[in-house]
Amino acid sequence: MSQMVDIKRISKSFGKTIALSEIDLTIEEGQFFALVGPSGSGKTTLLNILGGFVEPSAGRVFIAGQDVSSQPPARRPTTSMFQDYALFPHMSVGANVGFGLLMRKIPRAQRVSRVAAALEMVGLSGMSARRIHQLSGGQQQRVALARALVVEPKVLLLDEPLGALDLNLRRQMQQELLHIQKQVGTTFVHVTHDQEEAMSIADVITVMNNGHIEDVGPPARVYMKPRTLFTATFMGESNIFKGTVAARSDDSMAVDTAFGRLKVTGAAELGARVNLSIRPEQIIAADGEIQGQVPLGVLQVEEVSFFGTHHRCLGRHVKSNLPMIIRLPQHQAVGIGQDLNLSVQREDVVLLTQ
Amino acid sequence: MTVKRSKWKGWGFIGPGFLWTIAFFVVPLLIMAAYSLFQRVGGRIVTDLSWSNYVAFFSKSHHLNALINSLEVTLITTIISIVLAYPLAYILAFRIPPRWQRMALMMAILPFWTSYVVRSYSWLLVLSSNGIISNIIQWLGVVDHPISLANSRTATVIGFVHFFTMLLTLTIFANLVQISPNYRKAAADLGASWWQIFWRITLPLSIPGVMVGAFLTIVLALGDYITPQILGGFREVLLPQAIMLQIQRQADFPAAAAMSLVLMVVISIIFLLFSRWLKIERM
Amino acid sequence: MLKHFLQTTLKNIPAAVYVALVYFFIFLPVGVLLLFSFQDSLLPIPPFQGPSLRWYQAIFTDFRIMQALGNSLMVGVVSAALSCFLGFLAAYGLARYPVRGSGAIQWLLVAPLSVSYLIIGMGLLITFKTMAIPKSLSAVIIGHVVINLPLAFAIIYSQMGEQHANLERAARDLGAAEWQVLVLITLPLLWPALMASFFLSFTLSWDEFIIALLVSRFDVTLPVEIWSLLRSGLNPKTNAIGSMVFIVSILLVIITEMAVFGRRKSK
Repeated sequence: MSQMVDIKRISKSFGKTIALSEIDLTIEEGQFFALVGPSGSGKTTLLNILGGFVEPSAGRVFIAGQDVSSQPPARRPTTSMFQDYALFPHMSVGANVGFGLLMRKIPRAQRVSRVAAALEMVGLSGMSARRIHQLSGGQQQRVALARALVVEPKVLLLDEPLGALDLNLRRQMQQELLHIQKQVGTTFVHVTHDQEEAMSIADVITVMNNGHIEDVGPPARVYMKPRTLFTATFMGESNIFKGTVAARSDDSMAVDTAFGRLKVTGAAELGARVNLSIRPEQIIAADGEIQGQVPLGVLQVEEVSFFGTHHRCLGRHVKSNLPMIIRLPQHQAVGIGQDLNLSVQREDVVLLTQ
Repeated sequence: MTVKRSKWKGWGFIGPGFLWTIAFFVVPLLIMAAYSLFQRVGGRIVTDLSWSNYVAFFSKSHHLNALINSLEVTLITTIISIVLAYPLAYILAFRIPPRWQRMALMMAILPFWTSYVVRSYSWLLVLSSNGIISNIIQWLGVVDHPISLANSRTATVIGFVHFFTMLLTLTIFANLVQISPNYRKAAADLGASWWQIFWRITLPLSIPGVMVGAFLTIVLALGDYITPQILGGFREVLLPQAIMLQIQRQADFPAAAAMSLVLMVVISIIFLLFSRWLKIERM
Repeated sequence: MLKHFLQTTLKNIPAAVYVALVYFFIFLPVGVLLLFSFQDSLLPIPPFQGPSLRWYQAIFTDFRIMQALGNSLMVGVVSAALSCFLGFLAAYGLARYPVRGSGAIQWLLVAPLSVSYLIIGMGLLITFKTMAIPKSLSAVIIGHVVINLPLAFAIIYSQMGEQHANLERAARDLGAAEWQVLVLITLPLLWPALMASFFLSFTLSWDEFIIALLVSRFDVTLPVEIWSLLRSGLNPKTNAIGSMVFIVSILLVIITEMAVFGRRKSK
């Protein structure tokens, strides 16, 4: 797979505010690439820089090997799907979808057939003559997608396209987006603040915070082995606790924590204070005998909420008074004040770099 | 609103304004309509109902001409004003940095704040035989005697266009800036040049706003007495001037009333045409 | 780089030229007006002699002009106040009480906006004549309320929406009596709309000519007085008056801008 997008040391300031600082990122061809982060993290700014709507203060952008840093949006091999779809209200569905082709001076007959094909791909066959205001939100979104894809861009940029949809429709569209992406093979760059959405459809996730990149990688790795403290707490819930490095060998270390001495993979200075993370659902809680490799001590349950698929418990680690979050399976009902024996698998204890 | 609220109390509030409108707007219109069916004979008002005033209006050429002149002048004014105002509004909306937009707009409509009478009159200082233009072309040696551009249809149109260009700049600007910038962004993203964006996106989306401004212009221009009287004089008489003449020179209130109602009907027809057009556009 | 520069400049130069030309056209008569208000000779026309303040002096010592000015102010304030008062009452009644035919009532209240001032003036003229009511400033006030009441009503009514009603409901829920709701909640919330209506009504009344001409006789408003001056030929006093009105209006606009902007900046 070759590189499709190469972002080299991109920075952007708006007056005194630094939106992006020294971003380096590469995106492979055909990837479904997600940019996740809270508001103000810079993800939308980065997307706009890719699309050519915002000029970076420093750095260069390469798409398909070409330096596009100074090119306006019309020239770039990218198209965008906007958050409010921006479908031209005075044109029909067909005219909207065919607009990019019209700009490229494609003759009418070809335009009509390519528009029909695009509409079929998004599941809106035969709707070419409809007017925009007659469509539902989900339908409008498909038109926006068809309009962006029919011109066969090298990269499709999506700016929180599913934000306006209700939950069920959103889930459905997520799967359809993924399906279409695999079908067409275009590189997708998708910005969202919803980490679940990012994980479920992306090949690679980039977690952003405050204008810089926290973590980049496949969803599974980013979730199971987060690199930074922010990543661990933004992508799902985490139990974060501190430890001191007691001993180290080639690829693993012994760290003294409130749960005792734990063995973790990673590297840090002897004697350094480090952050560690364990996901709530990875902690095994039992009434009696422990079942995981590493014992963690006793938890006294303070609050329980039922979430359908699991119970979410807040409690206190009895020995160290550390507040913890754990998840119990559906059938394992538990009461307030109950004591549970906690344990975890060794590889689920993660060393964070910050 | 609870069910307990009595509608009588509601009427207590609405009453005053409602009655005022009836007494001083509806009733005068009805009385005027009645008057239009009376005649003025030998200095007195005769109350036999007849259509004679209307017949007289449409058969006397100088009165009918007043109406036709009004319509012609209004049409010319509207077209020229739109042609002048649209590019200005476009430049203000899309080419001026946002920081300076309000200032630039304010400046474009500053003369609005002179009194309308004085504003019209001030064109005489420019157009009359001893006005600025006459003096300059004499000084340049182009002509050797004073030239007056006043007292003509041209002067009236200039006076109108001056006012309505400002009005239309304001209304078209307001319309252009509320068009979501994302439409233009999306068009650019799909490869459109600035001209294509203007021709295919901005212009079509701004037409309804332009039409509303045009309607306003037509209605205000048709009913205006001041500008044609000051700048056009009696060389060419427009309908409002004809109406005022009936009152001031002839004291013929029935005739004036009939002419006023004709004016009102013409404006109503134009209003209906525009409403229908706008409704169709909404589809 | 050069291409980009040429593209932006070439786009900008025609635009700049156009804007300059249009601005010149717009300011031409006003500029000439201001210039010749400082004219030193008896004729308010070229060649320019001066500058001199004699005409400004003349208008301030002209009794009729000063009286007309006072009349305009009085008519403006009274008609604007009446329009806002009646407009508020009507809006309140329609928005808060279940009145049958509310749509028709609204239509009627707003109807005068669609009729030319000339026609409204004519109607009033004929009506007053028939009822033997003499022409006066009071008649002008009546006419100005007719044209401004619809605006005041529309502006205030548009502000009395659902959100507003909820706040009133909350106040009632906490124990406030009807009049307390009105004075402590409704009116303060409507303050901006009331101010806007008043300001707009005053401005429209101040400059209104044709109704004032038709239904007043001896005591006149400023626009009518200026008109009388003009009837006897070009008069340098009119330049001075026009310029004065213009300058005062500009100052008001600047002050309002600064008040609004000043407040924004301090936030």
